[in-house]
Amino acid sequence: MIRVFPALSLVLCALLLASPLRAAIDLYQFDNTEQQDRFHRLTEELRCPKCQNQSIADSDAEIARDMRERTARMIREGRSDQEVVNFFVDRYGDFVSYRPPVNERTVILWMGPLGLLLLGVLAIVLLVRRASRRAELEEDDQP
Amino acid sequence: MSNKNTGLWVFVPLVGFVALAILLASGLGRNPEELPSALAGKPVPAFSKPSLISGETLTEERLTGQWQLLNVWGTWCPTCYVEHPYLLELAQRGVPIVGMDYKDEDDKARDYLARYGNPFTEVIVDADGQLGLDLGVYGAPETFLINPRGEIVLRHVGEMNPRAWDEKFAPVLHQAGNPLGGPR
Repeated sequence: MIRVFPALSLVLCALLLASPLRAAIDLYQFDNTEQQDRFHRLTEELRCPKCQNQSIADSDAEIARDMRERTARMIREGRSDQEVVNFFVDRYGDFVSYRPPVNERTVILWMGPLGLLLLGVLAIVLLVRRASRRAELEEDDQP
Repeated sequence: MSNKNTGLWVFVPLVGFVALAILLASGLGRNPEELPSALAGKPVPAFSKPSLISGETLTEERLTGQWQLLNVWGTWCPTCYVEHPYLLELAQRGVPIVGMDYKDEDDKARDYLARYGNPFTEVIVDADGQLGLDLGVYGAPETFLINPRGEIVLRHVGEMNPRAWDEKFAPVLHQAGNPLGGPR
C-alpha cells in the first residue's frame, strides 16, 4: 500500500507535464498582437462546415483545424481580412461566414427580421388607430 | 364597415401560421450537411500531389479528357467502407473513378485497397488535406463529377449509392450524351 504513493505521484507529475504540451498543439505564432487579434476575430467569424453552428475557433473538427492553420498562414503572409474570408467563401460558399454578404440569396436573412418588425409595428398602429376610432364613434353616439 | 374589417383580420394569424408551417416543413426534409458547392462550374484547383499507386506526381491535368468521378475517401472514414462496394460496382460498369486519399496514411490506404478491392483508376494522395481544402471538402466521403474540361459539375456529400447515382449523376451524364448516364 505504501508503495502505491510514489507511483501515484509519478503519474500525477507526468500528467502535469503533459497538459502544457497538449495545449501547445493549437498555438499559432504571429509577428505581433495585431495579427493575433485579427486571427481571433476571423476564426470567430468563420463557421465550421462540419460541425455547423460552431465557429472554427470553437470546433475540434479536423477541418476546423485545417481552416485555422490556413487562416494563420494567410495572416502571416500579410493577406487582408477580406482576402481570408473570400478564400473560404470561394470554397465553402456564403455559408462559411457568420457575416454573409448581402445578395439576393441572403437578403431574407438580413432583411427578414426588420421586415417582421415593420409588420408588427404596422399591425399595432392599425389596431391602435381602429380602437381609438371606435372610442370616438362611441363618444359621438352618446346623446 | 368596422365589422367587415374585423372579418378579414381574423384570418391574418391563420395565414401567417400556414406560411410559417410550410416554410419550416420544407426545411425539415433538407440535409443541413448538404452545402451548395461554391465550386460548381469551376475548374478543379491546380494541384501537384503524388499517386498512391505509382508514386508519380499528379496534377489537375489527370482530371481532364473524360467524364470521371473524384471520390474523396480515407481509411479512417466509416462511411467509405459502406460505399466501397458500390464504387466497385460503378467501376465495373465502366465509370472512371479517381480516388483522393484524404488525410490518411499511405500504408493503410494500400492495405485497404488490397483487402476490399480497388475501384479507382488513379489515387491522389492528399495527406495534409490541402487539396481537400482547395476543393471545399469538409469530410469524407465526398464525390465530385468532373467533365472532360476538368470542371466540377456536381458534388455529392456523403455515401455514394444507387439513389445518388440515379438522381444526381446519371441525369447529368445522360444530358451530356454520355452512355454512362444510361437510356432514359
